Amino acid sequence: MTTLTLRSEPEAPLEAGAIVPDRFDGLGRNAIARLEVSCGNAAARLGDFFDVRPDGRAGITLEGDLGRVKNIAAGMTRGKVTIRGDAGMHLGAGMRGGEIDVHGSAGDWAGAEMAGGTIHIRGNAGHALGGAYRGSRHGMNRGLILVEGDAGNETGAFMRRGLIAVAGGAGDFTGAFAVAGTILVFGSLGARTGAGLLRGTVVAMRPLELLPTFRYACRYRPAFLGLVLAEIQAHGMAVAQEYARGAYLRYNGDLNRLGKGEILVYDQR
Amino acid sequence: MTDAVNGVEIEDTYAEAFRMWGARVVITAASRPWAREAAAKMTGFATSVIQCRCEGALERSLRRTPDGRPGVSVLLFAFSRDALAAELADRIGQCVLTCPTTACYNGLDAGERVRVGGQLRFFGDGHQASKLIAGRRYWRIPVMEGEFLVEDAFGVQPAVAGGNLLILGEDPERALRAAELAAGAMRRVPSVILPFPGGIVRSGSKVGSRYKFMKASTNDAFCPTLRGVVDSSLPEGVHCVYEIVVDGLDAPAVEEAMRRGIRAACIPGIRRISAGNYGGSLGKFRFHLREILGKGASG
Repeated sequence: MTTLTLRSEPEAPLEAGAIVPDRFDGLGRNAIARLEVSCGNAAARLGDFFDVRPDGRAGITLEGDLGRVKNIAAGMTRGKVTIRGDAGMHLGAGMRGGEIDVHGSAGDWAGAEMAGGTIHIRGNAGHALGGAYRGSRHGMNRGLILVEGDAGNETGAFMRRGLIAVAGGAGDFTGAFAVAGTILVFGSLGARTGAGLLRGTVVAMRPLELLPTFRYACRYRPAFLGLVLAEIQAHGMAVAQEYARGAYLRYNGDLNRLGKGEILVYDQR
Repeated sequence: MTDAVNGVEIEDTYAEAFRMWGARVVITAASRPWAREAAAKMTGFATSVIQCRCEGALERSLRRTPDGRPGVSVLLFAFSRDALAAELADRIGQCVLTCPTTACYNGLDAGERVRVGGQLRFFGDGHQASKLIAGRRYWRIPVMEGEFLVEDAFGVQPAVAGGNLLILGEDPERALRAAELAAGAMRRVPSVILPFPGGIVRSGSKVGSRYKFMKASTNDAFCPTLRGVVDSSLPEGVHCVYEIVVDGLDAPAVEEAMRRGIRAACIPGIRRISAGNYGGSLGKFRFHLREILGKGASG
């Protein structure tokens, strides 16, 4: 495992797309330290900011306050990245495989347009979690994102496939314009949840204010949620059994679009 | 080699089994009785591939299921991959989809897969939806009760069918008791089923018949009422024979089931344990009774 310890917070955001297991393969300490990054608009080397300590084992561990370090593990395809602290924007964006474990919070666009792999954020996540970059048709397309805290606005917006679970609350426009995929939010949800939803699923464990373009369908126990909750638990997020056994109110929408999406609201009765 | 167990003769012969394709279906429901009900319906008319197109039975109740609800597993066997795919779709579609509260999952990690939910989804008439969860695709089909969840593809693999035991008893009561004990012991082996009623067959068959339209006919050599009329295989004092047929996902499972079955069947009132074979003309698998008893721990 290679341990990267941030010596001090960079003066400008550090673009650190080089911190990805795929790039570290076969590199020694010096080669890793020479990997290119940019601080603001200035070219720099990874070693200018981090102490690099490889021990021969696979994987990367980052230490320090990395809230201004962007693009960590972006595009990764394999391996594991552990972050002991906060992570900056675009964490794991476009990743296709592997695992990211953040023992802190992550900035905006974490897991944006990811196509596989797992991101586990023990703290909070910023806006556009698993989302799509402006101009893109689709956000997250396969993979799993777990957030133990809260998530910001546009969580899972434009999502195409995959699973996002947020133990806390999520902001406005959660699941907006999602084509498919599943988003579970155990805390409160902001405004306009599921706006423009095409086929995906938003599961709300607390009552929420719905758009008028979602129509109540029924109260039932969807069997697939048992699989989803089991998947979340298998990746280390605790889920109360009542959610697996309970009933849900189903609302179909967004009727402004195809209307094949759904918002399932846990019914505490 | 073991030629007797508890004083019961183990005939120096073998059971002849043949290649089939097998699948494991996991059925869950709101309660175990409903899961068992679906399994029972799904494995109806599935005793012998000779006339039923497939063989199937409940394998076991499950402690852990994909969706956390009560569940059971069912094994289904057919002569070919395609035949098995057709039976899976037909039987799940008619017997599990229709059963209250059920969901249906693949229970076999096999290299080959056949689409089941991928066919049944069309029942949703365009309102079906899929979910990709942990790399596996599921179909949610709206039904009047709510929705039916079924996995898109099921694993299928080459399997072994037609393993068998013949229990030769002095009277019907003790022969049946021995068969019941054997069936109970055999069912505890994972990856096997006993497709006949209660796991026991009273009408064992031989290949062919004097009638050209019959593929199989009564095993006259083991019919006590025909002693003296045909070339009987029954020793003196035997008045009843029961057969147990066992299908398994692989040969070791069938062998283990037969070993346990033989030991359980060797009770007072049983004269001989034999097996059905057709001179090696039917199948590639031969389970020699004395050899398989010798392989296991003494019992």
